Amino acid sequence: MTTAKRLATAHVGVAVGAFGIAAFMALMQALSRANLDLPWRTARMYYLSVTAHGVLMALVFTTFFIMGLGVALTTSALQRPLRFPALGWGAFALAAIGTAGATWAILWGKATVLYTFYPPLKAHPAFYIGLTLVVVGSWLWSADIIATYRAWRREHQETAVPLAVHGLLATIIVWLIATVGVAAEMLFQLIPWSLGITDRVDPMLARMLFWYFGHPLVYFWLLPAYVVWYTVLPRVAGGKLFSDSLARMVFALFMILSAPVGFHHQFMDPGIPTGWKAFHAFNTLWILFPSFVTAFTVLASLEVAGRRRGATGLFDWIGKLPWSDPLVASVLLSMLLFAVGGFGGAINASFGMNSMVHNTAWIQGHFHLTVGSAVALTFMGTAYWLVPRLVGRELELVLLAKVQPYLWFFGMALFSFTNHVTGLQGMPRRVFDPGYLGAPAADQWRALTGVSAVGGLLLFTSAAFFLLVMLGTVLAGKRTDNVAVEFAEPLDGPPARRTVFDRFGLWVTVAIALVLLAYAVPLAQHLQMERFGSTGFKPF
Amino acid sequence: MHVNPYERFWMWAAAAIIVLFFGTIGVGLLGQGIRPPSHVETIDPQAVWSDARFAERGVATNPDGSVTVTGITLMFAFQPAEIRVPAGRRVTFRLTSADVTHGFQIVGTNANVMVVPGYVSQFTIVFAEPGEYLIVCNEYCGLGHHAMMGKLIVEAAP
Repeated sequence: MTTAKRLATAHVGVAVGAFGIAAFMALMQALSRANLDLPWRTARMYYLSVTAHGVLMALVFTTFFIMGLGVALTTSALQRPLRFPALGWGAFALAAIGTAGATWAILWGKATVLYTFYPPLKAHPAFYIGLTLVVVGSWLWSADIIATYRAWRREHQETAVPLAVHGLLATIIVWLIATVGVAAEMLFQLIPWSLGITDRVDPMLARMLFWYFGHPLVYFWLLPAYVVWYTVLPRVAGGKLFSDSLARMVFALFMILSAPVGFHHQFMDPGIPTGWKAFHAFNTLWILFPSFVTAFTVLASLEVAGRRRGATGLFDWIGKLPWSDPLVASVLLSMLLFAVGGFGGAINASFGMNSMVHNTAWIQGHFHLTVGSAVALTFMGTAYWLVPRLVGRELELVLLAKVQPYLWFFGMALFSFTNHVTGLQGMPRRVFDPGYLGAPAADQWRALTGVSAVGGLLLFTSAAFFLLVMLGTVLAGKRTDNVAVEFAEPLDGPPARRTVFDRFGLWVTVAIALVLLAYAVPLAQHLQMERFGSTGFKPF
Repeated sequence: MHVNPYERFWMWAAAAIIVLFFGTIGVGLLGQGIRPPSHVETIDPQAVWSDARFAERGVATNPDGSVTVTGITLMFAFQPAEIRVPAGRRVTFRLTSADVTHGFQIVGTNANVMVVPGYVSQFTIVFAEPGEYLIVCNEYCGLGHHAMMGKLIVEAAP
């Protein structure tokens, strides 16, 4: 096993562990939602589990999986080891220590502030410091991947970088730009305040910094999934990548469009003028464009695969795809759910309409289709493909791996559909008891929360299957030498030389210019207002 | 750059869809004046109960017949908990928080605003249908979040 493989395995291991704890937390929430009178069911337990689920799924599982995937794909695609292996291990250790600290604070009930941690809700310092260490770890990982790329670039001046690495570098650029916001919130506001060094904190400034980070965060999750859709899926499905150059265009567009959009999470906030909210709304809608292009290219690549498998008619290529392959099934089903999630996202971004869905159950319905399906289901499918190649063992419990994506699909369909409906009926998100003392308005959504709990049970079963397959593979999989990580070839052959989409400096410059355009003035105006700040509260 | 003609067509179609979305927002924003609550006004969150703007809470009728509702959100209640307003009139809500961030959502309407400590949230709405409406907090504010509720009674205009 090479160092890179060992490092990638360690990352994926932490990711899968975090996923397991988070899935268990989700089960408790689902049962609570169904209003079952279980002995340990308390408000304290419910909100603690929401916090743990959000942090461990959205921040820990994703970040560690992406770091592991990034190491594996970069070293395979560039066919060279990491530039600084020790730096890679340092990044892993820092992020793991941070995760341990934050998890301790959450599970011991000292940080029931949810994964958005809006002040003046105040958590234990270990929560803020822990999450900051995760981010710092991810920065060191980013530096290592960039250094590896630059070492490769010195030897290949005019070659186009392999598409997988292009997508990963786009991911890293989105992440580095985004994390400036959360780092500022942590270092200048929350950490000194939680340690008692400062007395008051401005909640609106914190929200602006958080959502400056919080929306590009979703592209940090999504872009590695797109890398798999573009560079791995077509090969596993037996086809070729339909268009290499448009894939690069898509990644370039995400680099520049991901950040100047954060106010669309704050449409209902006071303290931000309408004009700036509208500007961010328009920016947000453009992000639909690269995803529309992705839908075409990936589906066209799948059609190529279906035709190479013998399809001749207009639609029979769909049936010819290997729907029983765990990776292919995961990605296809995650794309179906994501299509619905994308339409929901357009509604969320639509300024006026947002008031019907803001902070209702609709929102959790929405992001379980996007990060909970497009990203998480793709990552699980990727793990079925990647982990055997990392540990040199064949996939174990294959039947469970084949069934698992379908269980996730049906569970998520039930969970998400009911949450969209109850959200439109006005049910708020993240409530321990949605009964509201028998208020008539609450009656209409009571039946559907039970259905969403059934969805939750299916999802938990699916998650358990995934964990069993992972454990079985690592512990008992048959040893194999078939460990090559290989990528899909473009239909037109690999690009002859680097194009404008490979000029990362250019895209970073445009991205920073757009961030300044979207944030410099409203942030400056905000800082010039007379602001008072809040002392902390621990109502948990 | 070589682009397949179908994909070229699709990209134009996608751009057209997005421009159409722009249009719907633009019509709502400019034509119908639909905009999210975006009032900019600050207040000392430690002193909301004595601040002149929030010392008297409840419903006040303005000379032009419109109504102003002044309220404070706190863990885990709305103050006042019951609000009576006339149907068909312009109702302006002015809200602020005494502690953490809360949500103020009137179920079955599009009244939905964040109430952030240190800031005053304000929006204007007309309730067409008389009836009793549930008010809920839709931002997690602590262990009693789900118990934070209020009542809006819209009375038929005399």
